[in-house]
Amino acid sequence: MSIFRLLAGLVIAWCIAFGPSLATAQVQDDAAQTLLQRLVEASNAERTAVLKHISESGDERARGWLEAFSAGKLATVKESGATVLVLNNVGRNWNIASALNGEDMGKVSRRDLATVRVNNSLRKEVEGLLAVIDLAAQNPDVRLAAARDLLGEVDGALVAQIEQRAQVEDSTAVRDMLTTALAIHQLEQGDVSAVETLSGSLNANARAALNNASNSDDPVLAAAAVKALESIEQKLKMNRAAETLYFGLSLGSVLVLAAIGLAITFGVMGVINMAHGELIMLGAYTTWGMQQLFPGQPGLALILSIPAGFLVAALAGIAIERSVIQYLKGRPLETLLATFGISLILQQLVRTLVSPLNRSVVTPEWMSGSIMINEALSLTLNRLYVIGFALVVFAGLMLIMRKTRLGLEVRAVTQNRAMARSMGIKATKVDILTFALGSGVAGLAGVALSQITNVGPNLGQNYIIDSFMVVVFGGVGNLWGTLVAGLTLGTINQVLEPWAGAVLAKIMVLVMIILFIQKRPKGLFPQKGRAAEG
Amino acid sequence: MASSQTWLFRPFQERSTQIFLGVLFSALVLVTFLHLFMPQDSALHVSAYTVTLLGKYLCYALLAVAVDLVWGYLGILSLGHGAFFALGGYAMGMYLMRQIGDRGTYGDPLLPDFMVFLNWQELPWYWLGFDMAWFAFIMVLLAPGLLALVFGFLAFRSRVTGVYLSIITQALTFALMLAFFRNEMGFGGNNGLTDFRDILGFNLRSDATRLGLFIATGVALAIGYVICRGIVTSKLGRVSIACRDAEARTRFLGYRVERVQLFVFVVSAMLAGVAGALYVPQVGIINPSEFSPLFSIEIVVWVALGGRATLYGAVIGAILVNYAKTVFTGVMPDAWLFALGALFVLTTVFLPKGIAGLLQKDRKASATDDAPAAQEATA
Repeated sequence: MSIFRLLAGLVIAWCIAFGPSLATAQVQDDAAQTLLQRLVEASNAERTAVLKHISESGDERARGWLEAFSAGKLATVKESGATVLVLNNVGRNWNIASALNGEDMGKVSRRDLATVRVNNSLRKEVEGLLAVIDLAAQNPDVRLAAARDLLGEVDGALVAQIEQRAQVEDSTAVRDMLTTALAIHQLEQGDVSAVETLSGSLNANARAALNNASNSDDPVLAAAAVKALESIEQKLKMNRAAETLYFGLSLGSVLVLAAIGLAITFGVMGVINMAHGELIMLGAYTTWGMQQLFPGQPGLALILSIPAGFLVAALAGIAIERSVIQYLKGRPLETLLATFGISLILQQLVRTLVSPLNRSVVTPEWMSGSIMINEALSLTLNRLYVIGFALVVFAGLMLIMRKTRLGLEVRAVTQNRAMARSMGIKATKVDILTFALGSGVAGLAGVALSQITNVGPNLGQNYIIDSFMVVVFGGVGNLWGTLVAGLTLGTINQVLEPWAGAVLAKIMVLVMIILFIQKRPKGLFPQKGRAAEG
Repeated sequence: MASSQTWLFRPFQERSTQIFLGVLFSALVLVTFLHLFMPQDSALHVSAYTVTLLGKYLCYALLAVAVDLVWGYLGILSLGHGAFFALGGYAMGMYLMRQIGDRGTYGDPLLPDFMVFLNWQELPWYWLGFDMAWFAFIMVLLAPGLLALVFGFLAFRSRVTGVYLSIITQALTFALMLAFFRNEMGFGGNNGLTDFRDILGFNLRSDATRLGLFIATGVALAIGYVICRGIVTSKLGRVSIACRDAEARTRFLGYRVERVQLFVFVVSAMLAGVAGALYVPQVGIINPSEFSPLFSIEIVVWVALGGRATLYGAVIGAILVNYAKTVFTGVMPDAWLFALGALFVLTTVFLPKGIAGLLQKDRKASATDDAPAAQEATA
């Protein structure tokens, strides 16, 4: 008896726990079945209403049905009358799945299926309905994309739903997008008050709508639209300026990275290293090599190549210093020629050993993509990282030169070699370390460059002249000068580019530097005092 | 200049100039003889191809002499002489282009092919006059001369010297290269000027014209050499050497250093322009690659190998290096850049006075103006 009661209790408990859900599922399936049935049987004119019912049913499968319908992939099996989704309609036998539970029903001859016909006006209807369904999605990104799709596509039927959505929407971005969509619709209807809402928008659709309105017959509307367009243009200009500045800073930080190693070897040591560009190239190839060592882990490889690139380039620099430069002390023009020879050899070495073609370096996921500031302005992440990296490298070098023993000795040797030596500083050792440091920084520049440009044997050549210009412009022997000059030149280049073209902008910058040297032969920040006498 | 009547003739009294001119003219005569009078199948026959190749070397030699004049005797390492060479070449190329007339692919009587191709309607103003030989030949001197004048004026006035000047000259030729690559410039863009037919009425493709150009180049080299020699042995040349060795001291002595520098620089640029003008009809093309910084710096290594401040050393260097280049690029093209790179390093480290230095060592030179002074003084 007690066992029986216990069992009965269990059964009741089970019913209470799972019964309702089972029952609801049944009801939903029934309702869904009815809706689908109506869609299949209805005439094209009636289908609009049925489609609307489906989209409003709140059924999570509704999206799939509507998509299938608009793609002509909704069908009924002639024999059983079951509604199915066609998964693959290529060939004689089609893959189908149940529309109700998604169960795969295998392959069926297409002769046994009757597809539900669809026409363009219904397709358009479905598009709007789908957007509305997506507007209710959990993921705010999906909602935002749906709202974006609605821009310029809103028609009378949707207005009420969108307004409703806008009220309950908790993401500001989505709400703004919906407001814009509604305003565009109102504007199309000739509503002047909508102009007010759109006047701040940077959206292309909003601008198009305003453009249309500015040609309208209604003088009040046209005037308001023109005014709104002007204010938008103003805003766009600001954004474009911000974008140019960003590109300029990013190009500038690349120049700073490329030039700062040179500023050390050229500025501090007085050594012209024409192979500097090839040291940059070595850094970039190190990144590529690391990625070959760690396939599938570009992020790890990139981080490891920062020290590796530094080491490779620094060792190459030491080799150059020991084998050639030390014998040419005090003969800068000869040093220039010899290091140029080295640069030719290094280039050809890479061409022979690796390949004359460009190698592709993968950008890790956390560095690709962009940050969207607003409709008209988005910042690419890899350039942002390069800017940050350049600043970090600069700060690091500054610290080394100002706060460490090595920096002190380097400055001493630069100012007065003989005096420094008599104070017990090993000048030769300082030379080697300084050159290694400058070369290593070139390697770092190469690692950074591999993320934003092609890695090939000519990589270094493309930067060497620019780098020298930065050092000359900033003032030899001054790291701050290099930073300011690099960022300035980068920005000027980007400002000139839109109206002069890339090549002409570059030429103009070169000419400007040549003219600038007239005014200030020692650069922006000339060395003063004893160091200047060299 | 007090010795203005005689400065050009003084070099003829020098032994080195006599030897140089003697060797050069015998070479010209020998090549002409071997080309014209040896039968085709003889081992001693010099083909038209070789004659043109030698002509090309002589152009390079003249260019090297021009570089040696500024580097060896003025202490200015120009990494942009390729620009002057190319400008002279373009001036000549424009003349040759106009000479094609309506024989081009498109048969336009006025516009060169590339302009027709780019849909240009009329000749740009700076092409006017290039159908006349005398105008074009003046431009061969004026175009590089003017560029050198403006550039040199700006640079020397603000006392940009040494390494700075080198880098800026390199930037100059780089900028020009970028500019000439543009189609909008009206110089044929990437492809440059080519498909020439005749010069002064002579067919460029005939062997006789090629031989004539070769001889003309040889004569130009001789004249250029004598002019340079005349300059460096004149008083102006001595001031120029003084600028090279101790610029500040020369200035304090009352000489207008920048004027001397400017004069020598412009003369050198014009010589480079002439070399370019003779080069173009022989190779049959001029394109922006002549502006490339690599070419300019290659010229310097010819001079360095041959020996600075000797002039004949520059000629030796130019011919040797370019002969090596011809051989290397034919046999193993990949190795050429290694060889060239090694040449840069080895010359500067082990042969600071070049081949001429080796010759002089044997001869125990009188060590006055021929020996290049230590570079430290200017740097």
